Amino acid sequence: MAGVEREARDETTAALFALASQIAADELRPRAGAAEQEGRFPREVFATLGKAGLLSLPYPQELGGGGQPYEIYLQVVEELATAWLAIGLGVSVHTLTCFPIATAGTSQQQDRWLPGMLGGDQLGAYCLSEPDSGSDAAGLATRAVPDGDEFVINGVKAWTTHGGQADFYTVFARTSGEPGGPGRAQGISCFHVPAGTAGVSAAPPEHKMGVRSSATAQVRFEAARVSSRQLIGEPGRGFPIALAALDAGRLGIAACATGVAQAALDCAVGYARQRVQFGRPVIDFEGLQFMLADMATAVAAARALYLAAARRKDAGLPYGQQAAMAKLLASDTAMRVSTDAVQVLGGYGYVEDFPAERLMREAKMLQIVEGTNQIQRMVIGRQLARSA
Amino acid sequence: MNIVVLVKQVPDTWSERRLRADDSTLDRDAADAVINELDDYAIEEGLRLQEAHGGEVTIVSMGPQKAADAIRKALSMGADKAVHVTDEALRGSDGLVTSAVLASVLGRTGFDLVILGSESTDARMGTLAAMLAERLGVPQMSFASKVETDGSKITIHRQADYGYDTVEGALPAVVSVVEKINEPRYPSFKGIMAAKKKPVETLSLADLGMDASQAGLAASATQVVSFANRPPRAAGTIVTDEGDGGAKAAEFLASRKFI
Ligand SMILES: Cc1cc2nc3c(=O)[nH]c(=O)nc-3n(C[C@H](O)[C@H](O)[C@H](O)COP(=O)(O)OP(=O)(O)OC[C@H]3O[C@@H](n4cnc5c(N)ncnc54)[C@H](O)[C@@H]3O)c2cc1C
Repeated sequence: MAGVEREARDETTAALFALASQIAADELRPRAGAAEQEGRFPREVFATLGKAGLLSLPYPQELGGGGQPYEIYLQVVEELATAWLAIGLGVSVHTLTCFPIATAGTSQQQDRWLPGMLGGDQLGAYCLSEPDSGSDAAGLATRAVPDGDEFVINGVKAWTTHGGQADFYTVFARTSGEPGGPGRAQGISCFHVPAGTAGVSAAPPEHKMGVRSSATAQVRFEAARVSSRQLIGEPGRGFPIALAALDAGRLGIAACATGVAQAALDCAVGYARQRVQFGRPVIDFEGLQFMLADMATAVAAARALYLAAARRKDAGLPYGQQAAMAKLLASDTAMRVSTDAVQVLGGYGYVEDFPAERLMREAKMLQIVEGTNQIQRMVIGRQLARSA
Repeated sequence: MNIVVLVKQVPDTWSERRLRADDSTLDRDAADAVINELDDYAIEEGLRLQEAHGGEVTIVSMGPQKAADAIRKALSMGADKAVHVTDEALRGSDGLVTSAVLASVLGRTGFDLVILGSESTDARMGTLAAMLAERLGVPQMSFASKVETDGSKITIHRQADYGYDTVEGALPAVVSVVEKINEPRYPSFKGIMAAKKKPVETLSLADLGMDASQAGLAASATQVVSFANRPPRAAGTIVTDEGDGGAKAAEFLASRKFI
C-alpha cells in the first residue's frame, strides 16, 4: 500500500513522516491483528516510539518535546492509527496526560516531572471519568482532602486508558463542593500521581468490543497521599484544565478516526480491485465504485477538517468548537466507512481473516471517548447559541 | 575510535527495477531510492562501537545528488558527519572503480575501522570489502555476525553455512557485516533535527585528484554487454492426487533440486 501522500513543508517534516510510516509498516501493521485477538498491551511498541521521539512531538523543545505544531503531530498520530488504532490512541492519550503540567504547571513542576514524561520511557493515563460521571464530568466524586502539606485521594476512576500500565496518572479530584451541589465544577483540582504511589491500584482491564490491545481499566485511589507540590494549577481550577486538555485531545481522536477510516478504505479498495464476480473485478461495478468514491471523499473531508482545526490551534486562535467538529465528523466517518468496508468485502468482511470487521469495532469507540458525539454536538451548538 | 561506515543508496527492492536501454546501467530514476538494507546494520554497528569506545562515526557515500537522502538518514540515526562523493563522471562505475574512489576518500578521512554491508541489493557483487581491504592494505574481516574490539585488535564471527569462524585481526581493518549482527535502530526525531546541522562534505573526482577517465563506465573492468527481462512466470504444474500425490510432489521438487 502506497500510503497517504502528505504535504511536508521541509526536509525535517518529510523525514518525520517517513519515520512514522516506516515504524507503522515495520512495527505496527504486522502485529496489530494478532495483538487485538490476544488483547495484549504492547508496552514494547511504546518504548520504540519513545526512543524515536514520537511520544512528545507537540510540546516545546525547552520542555523536552519535539516542538512540532499540531498540524504535523496529528498526521503522525493518523499514520500510526491507520496501522494500529491502539497505538495511535495511546500516543494521543499520553499527549493529553502531559497537557496539564506542560500548560498549567509551575516551572518547578515542569523541571521535576516533564523530562520523564516527555522522555519517551514513561506512559501516562488520564483519570477524569468515573463510574457515575461520564458526559457530566463535573459531577465527579473522587475526593482529595488536604492534610498538612499533603492531599489524601479517595475514589474510583473509570475507563482509564493505560490503567494498570501507566507510569503516572493525571487525576482530577474534588477538593471542595459536592458532585451534585452548586458550583461543583469550581471544586475540582488536578494532580500528578506517579503509578507507584501507595494506595493507587488498577482493576483488571475491561473486556471491550474492540481496541482490545489498549488497556482500559478502573483505577482506585484508597487513601493515596500526594504532596501539595503535585497539585497542578490552583486548587479548584482543575476543571478548566481538564476541558482545555480535552479540546486538544479531541484533535488527536479525530486524527485516530481518520486513520481508522483510511485503513478501512485501503482494505476495501484493495479487495474490490482483485475480487472478481460476473467476470469482472467488483470495483468495476458502478454500484460498488460509487460507494468507494463516497468513502474516499469522506476520509479526505475528515482529514481536511482536523487539519483546519489544528492550524487554528497552531495560530493561537480559539479552536474548541472546530476540534469538536473534527472529532464528530472524523469518528462518524470512521464508523460509516468501516461499516461500508465490511459491505464491500461481503462475507469476507464479516470474518476475522480481513481487518474490516475489526476496524468497524474500533471505530465505534471513537464516537464515545473524549466526549460522546452527542456531547460534541452540544459543544458546537452552545457556541452557536452564544456567539452574536 | 575513528569509524567510517560506507553507505549506498539503492533502488527500493519493493519497487520495479530496470536497466537503462542505452547503456545497460541501472535506471536509478525509475525506482524509489532507499538506504541499502545491510547498510542500516553497518551504521548500527558503527554507532554501538562508538558508544562503547568513543570517537566519531563518519558516513561515506558515493552516488548521485539524491544519495544525500541516504546520508541524511544515516546522520539522523546518530552518525557525526559525512562525505558525499558525487560526480556525473562516476555513473556506471563498477566495483573496481568504486573501490578505488572509496579508498581514496578513506585515505583523506583516515580510519581505525571501515564498516560496510556485505552486499548491496542492487548489484549484489559482495566484493567491495575485499577490494577495499586490498587497496588499503589492511585486514579484511568479512561477513561479520559479531564484532569485538579492544581498540587495537578486532575479533569477528564470520558467518558461514556451518556456523561461524572466529577471525582475529589488527586495526585498522575493513569489516563487512551480515544481517544477523544487530537490530538497527530507527532514527529519532531529535536525531532528524540534529542531522540538519551535521557537516556533510561533498567531493568531486577532481577533489580526490582523479579525472573522469579513471571513473565511470569507460574505466570499468566489467560491463553489462546485454540483458534480458525475466521470462514471464510459466503456468503452474497441477499434481492430481490419486493416492500418490505426495510422491509426485516430492518428485517435482527433486527435479528442481529443492530437495
Ligand atoms: C475505550 C474507552 C476508553 C476511555 N478512556 C478514557 C480515559 O482514558 N480517561 C477518561 O477519563 N475517560 C475515558 N473513557 C470514558 C469516556 O470518556 C466516557 O465513556 C464518555 O465520556 C461517556 O461517558 P459515559 O460512558 O459515562 O456515558 P454517559 O455520560 O452515561 O452517556 C450515556 C449516553 O447519554 C448520552 N448523553 C449524556 N449526556 C447527554 C446530553 N447532555 N445530551 C445528549 N446526550 C447525552 C451520551 O451521549 C450517551 O449516549 C473511555 C471510554 C472508553 C469506552
